[in-house]
Amino acid sequence: MTALTLTNVCKSFGPVEVLKDINLTVEDGEFVVFVGPSGCGKSTLLRVIAGLEDATSGTVNIGGDVVNTVPPAKRGIAMVFQSYALYPHLSVRDNMALGLKQEKQPKSVIEERVSKAVQMLDLGAYVDRRPSDLSGGQRQRVAIGRAIVREPKLFLFDEPLSNLDAALRMNTRIEIAELHRTLSASMIYVTHDQTEAMTLADKIVVLRDGHVEQVGSPMELYNNPANRFVAGFLGSPAMNFLKKAPLDMPQNGTLGIRPEHLRLVQGGRIKGRVTHVERLGGDTNLLVATDQQEAMTVRLFGQDATAVGEEIELDFDNTSAFAFDAQDQRVSP
Amino acid sequence: MNAARQNPLNTYAAHGALILYTLIALFPVFVIIINSFKTRKAIFREPLALPNADSFSLIGYETVLKQGDFFLYFQNSMIVTVGSLFLILLFGAMAAFALAEYRFKGNTLMGLYLALGIMIPIRIGTVAILEMMVQTGLVNTLWALILVYTAQGLPLAVFILSEFMRQVSDDLKNAGRIDGLSEYRIFFQLVLPLVRPAMATVAVFNMIPIWNDLWFPLILAPAEEVKTLTLGSQVFIGQFVTDWNAVLSALSLAILPVMALYVIFSRQLIRGITSGAVK
Repeated sequence: MTALTLTNVCKSFGPVEVLKDINLTVEDGEFVVFVGPSGCGKSTLLRVIAGLEDATSGTVNIGGDVVNTVPPAKRGIAMVFQSYALYPHLSVRDNMALGLKQEKQPKSVIEERVSKAVQMLDLGAYVDRRPSDLSGGQRQRVAIGRAIVREPKLFLFDEPLSNLDAALRMNTRIEIAELHRTLSASMIYVTHDQTEAMTLADKIVVLRDGHVEQVGSPMELYNNPANRFVAGFLGSPAMNFLKKAPLDMPQNGTLGIRPEHLRLVQGGRIKGRVTHVERLGGDTNLLVATDQQEAMTVRLFGQDATAVGEEIELDFDNTSAFAFDAQDQRVSP
Repeated sequence: MNAARQNPLNTYAAHGALILYTLIALFPVFVIIINSFKTRKAIFREPLALPNADSFSLIGYETVLKQGDFFLYFQNSMIVTVGSLFLILLFGAMAAFALAEYRFKGNTLMGLYLALGIMIPIRIGTVAILEMMVQTGLVNTLWALILVYTAQGLPLAVFILSEFMRQVSDDLKNAGRIDGLSEYRIFFQLVLPLVRPAMATVAVFNMIPIWNDLWFPLILAPAEEVKTLTLGSQVFIGQFVTDWNAVLSALSLAILPVMALYVIFSRQLIRGITSGAVK
């Protein structure tokens, strides 16, 4: 069964087209991540799915029902917001219970589901506190708990980690992944952070300017990007693009090489000078200006003694390089 | 304040200025209150002296409480002020919510139209208002005053509140929608508590002019049974003789309720309950 099907969904605010002809399927139990630069329409798409915005045209189908005219509360979804959006006047317990009370669930069911979520998220000590007495991470867990108790067909996450600090972000990321395994629910997760996208997703949807650039598993997109945008967006440090490539290239084409596929080799095809070195312990990143006046990044594993200002020569396997034509589309080797 | 940046001289200067201002602002009130407890002779002999055993007298208060229906005036003023504030806050907040929250054609135009009233004093329309009140038979009722004051207060209320409502997190309202709350519950339970400080500001801004107004009570409701306090106090000011004891006592009493309301609202002004709602 499919959890969500979008057919030709368009959304415009006045003359501005924010979403253009989106077609997408989310299978049952799948973790789908919408990723893209800010302003690409990923949050708007999520809001259209949630019913907080109406699609200008196209159909939204959740769990087999067309829900275009169904209000958000009756779509069988639950949403976690970037700013947590907890009700400030309610305790943690009541925050979680409110949605169920609105659904007119019997008290025993509410009690049971809330205590289950509280246990799952380790919030036992805080159930009677107000959101203002909680830390950022705890608030985010309450927000997730509020979504869990609804037992929705589809979870929607709108950049849930961007207000957390780095350490907490990693922990919460792992918690969300575990949550997905435990609940085996369908989830849609919006982020601009490609690390979150790569680590969490079963399927990544890369969006740009309101249309889908590519859909696929993280490794598919990493190994087989359809165009230069996807290639540059996924992977850190970002892929190097060379206009003046030492290879046969299409007219006005671009050569893409990932920083981790470059090696320091005497007599290599690319010559340049090191302009900056980032030593991370596990990795060393060299920023290089080539003799063709192009900037590139080289990622060396382990520690490397190369110093700023050194002249170096680099090489790569032709099989790990990507060629893009003048329209930035991928050209098969 | 940051201790490292705290220059004692600046602190003293700031406190000095504030204390000076407080003294200047409170001085007339102080004089009114002390003189209201003195005999008529003592008021004129030494207006700035505190009441002592010789000069102490409650004659002013006795006159006020006996002559004229002071409690009725008091009650009228209270009904008009509280009623108008309630309507201003209710309708102002509702209009502000609609302007801030919903996208519809003419939203900006509507906002400008509603704000226009800030620039045009309502007293310009006094004659027309009086005619309307006569035709609707509302002259000499408290409703006439409540309606006029509501109209007078709404523009600023809508203007201030819509600005504040725009700052209430969209996520919070959307969370409510996803949990199945109606727009009314989102408005009353989520948004209103968060703009409480702004509501208190609007209330204070409107309360004092309404309480002190003499113009509209004089024109629209001069009858004995609907007189407000300010209008009622005028009986003690005569063309030839003014009963200063009574006037000062009436004024002292008039300060009390408005001060009580102010204390209630200012507590809301200070208390920020928004923390923890978002981020």
